[in-house]
Amino acid sequence: MISQMGGLDGLDDLYEAIILDHYHNPRNKKFIDNPDFDEEINNPFCGDELRIQAKFNDDKLEGISVSGRGCAISQASASLLAEYVEGKNVKEILNAVNIVRNMLKGEEISEKDRENIQDIDALSGVQKFPIRIKCALLGWTGFYDLINANLRSS
Amino acid sequence: MKKLDIQKIRSDFPILSRKVNGNKLVYLDNAATTQKPNSVIDSISNFYKTSNSNVHRGVHTLSIESTENYEFAREKIAKLINSPSPETVIWTRNTSESINLVAFTWGEKNIMSGDNIVITPMEHHSNIVPWQQIAKKKNAEIRYLPMSNDGKIEFNNIGKIIDSKTKIVALTHVSNVLGTINPAKKIIDIAHDKNAVVLLDAAQSVPHMPVDVSDLDVDFLTFSLHKMMGPTGIGILYGRKQLLDEMPPYMFGGDMILEVSYEKDAKWNSLPYKFEAGTPNFADAIASGVAVDYLNQIGIDNIWQHEKLITEYAMSKMLSLKKIHILGSPDFKDRGGVISFYHEDIHPHDLGTALDQRGIAIRTGHHCAMPLVRSYDIVAAARISFYVYNTIDEVDAFLYSLEQIEGYFTK
Repeated sequence: MISQMGGLDGLDDLYEAIILDHYHNPRNKKFIDNPDFDEEINNPFCGDELRIQAKFNDDKLEGISVSGRGCAISQASASLLAEYVEGKNVKEILNAVNIVRNMLKGEEISEKDRENIQDIDALSGVQKFPIRIKCALLGWTGFYDLINANLRSS
Repeated sequence: MKKLDIQKIRSDFPILSRKVNGNKLVYLDNAATTQKPNSVIDSISNFYKTSNSNVHRGVHTLSIESTENYEFAREKIAKLINSPSPETVIWTRNTSESINLVAFTWGEKNIMSGDNIVITPMEHHSNIVPWQQIAKKKNAEIRYLPMSNDGKIEFNNIGKIIDSKTKIVALTHVSNVLGTINPAKKIIDIAHDKNAVVLLDAAQSVPHMPVDVSDLDVDFLTFSLHKMMGPTGIGILYGRKQLLDEMPPYMFGGDMILEVSYEKDAKWNSLPYKFEAGTPNFADAIASGVAVDYLNQIGIDNIWQHEKLITEYAMSKMLSLKKIHILGSPDFKDRGGVISFYHEDIHPHDLGTALDQRGIAIRTGHHCAMPLVRSYDIVAAARISFYVYNTIDEVDAFLYSLEQIEGYFTK
């Protein structure tokens, strides 16, 4: 007899409603004109891909486009990133990346930081699925590296 | 074919009774590695408890026993693949090492500038990358046999691809992604007509179906014991004696020499020891022999028939699922017990995580065949793969869960 009759409730920690919403309706997917950088990042282990375009005005991110293919976690997390970072300055963006990193590593996040990152808090359940942390981080660490490579050097 | 008592077979595998995330384990990742029966697990532990000693060294009882058991295991492997003699069966760490050994000894000696190496688009990375490296080094060309969209090698124009400049044809016997069973004998005959040698990557065939190197007339055959109930860390290279004799050694050191002096070049030991430098993994080699005993006790042909039954059942059900797309041939008769697929709306990793919540282990990703998976315009695929201990009930558990997961992600 089939023993696999239980529910899928265990999945709810990973796939919060906000995550599934961002997966099905990704934000800021539309390409932008004259971006300061337009690059692809990927996770060679699983093949997930993201294309990130960004346009800055001085220090402020004026426009961003994030599109790609991959699992629900990588794509929803990238959409949360795209929604969050638009309009923020570089310091705020890098700070948010560090908060997300620390949160996914399972480190204690201050109440202020948690408020600061708003909906991104929905990613906190990913820490219970260690193998999927890299999916959640793909867009965040990728964007962090792109900012450092493209803005700091110019 | 005798009717197999699958429940009895399952009771020989302690891991199959464990639970994963509160559910009974359903292990459908056998193309990656298989589970081990008690006899193999006990062999390793008993060896260390009662017989541990280095091989080919001492005159004491333990060393003699250890050497005899080690060489006896080699004979069992030789017999399984019908090698003309045990000396043409070389222990390696895994299939990848076996292929590298051929590429960097036989290839180093025989492949010259302007020659070509023929492989197929459905190779595992381990049967692509070593050839790319030796081709680069030797200024040789890599050619691919054409493949149809349903994963079969196309024979029109094959004479233009395998030509007088072809030195070796290296191909998989059964694809670890598409499940395709390649017509090895036909390709070997074509290659031999052009004086090319053939390496058959049998990692997905020897564990599941009868494979006879003498009948195939193949030049090199490679496989791994951990994919056939044996321990990890043991691979096999079978080679035609004349070729092995002419090849230079791969690694240098103890056991592979006949005579060493301070001044002159060393003299190499005879086969198979020429290719087995250093203390070998004898404990696991002996347990590999026990794995072969276990397979023989069930009967390789019975294993094959059982897997065909399960594959046919799973394929027929999956083909009727609207959002599931199976890679490779839709005809189960053309395939081994490997089914790679993708869901239109659910990424393989989400599927893999969700199935794991139900205790169902499947493989997701590029399956070490990145260019092949990409050629289907997807970034990753899910794969189920069977062995003799899998049951129709387990396939049902998988299908039932698939349906539930579809509901979860599309609600």
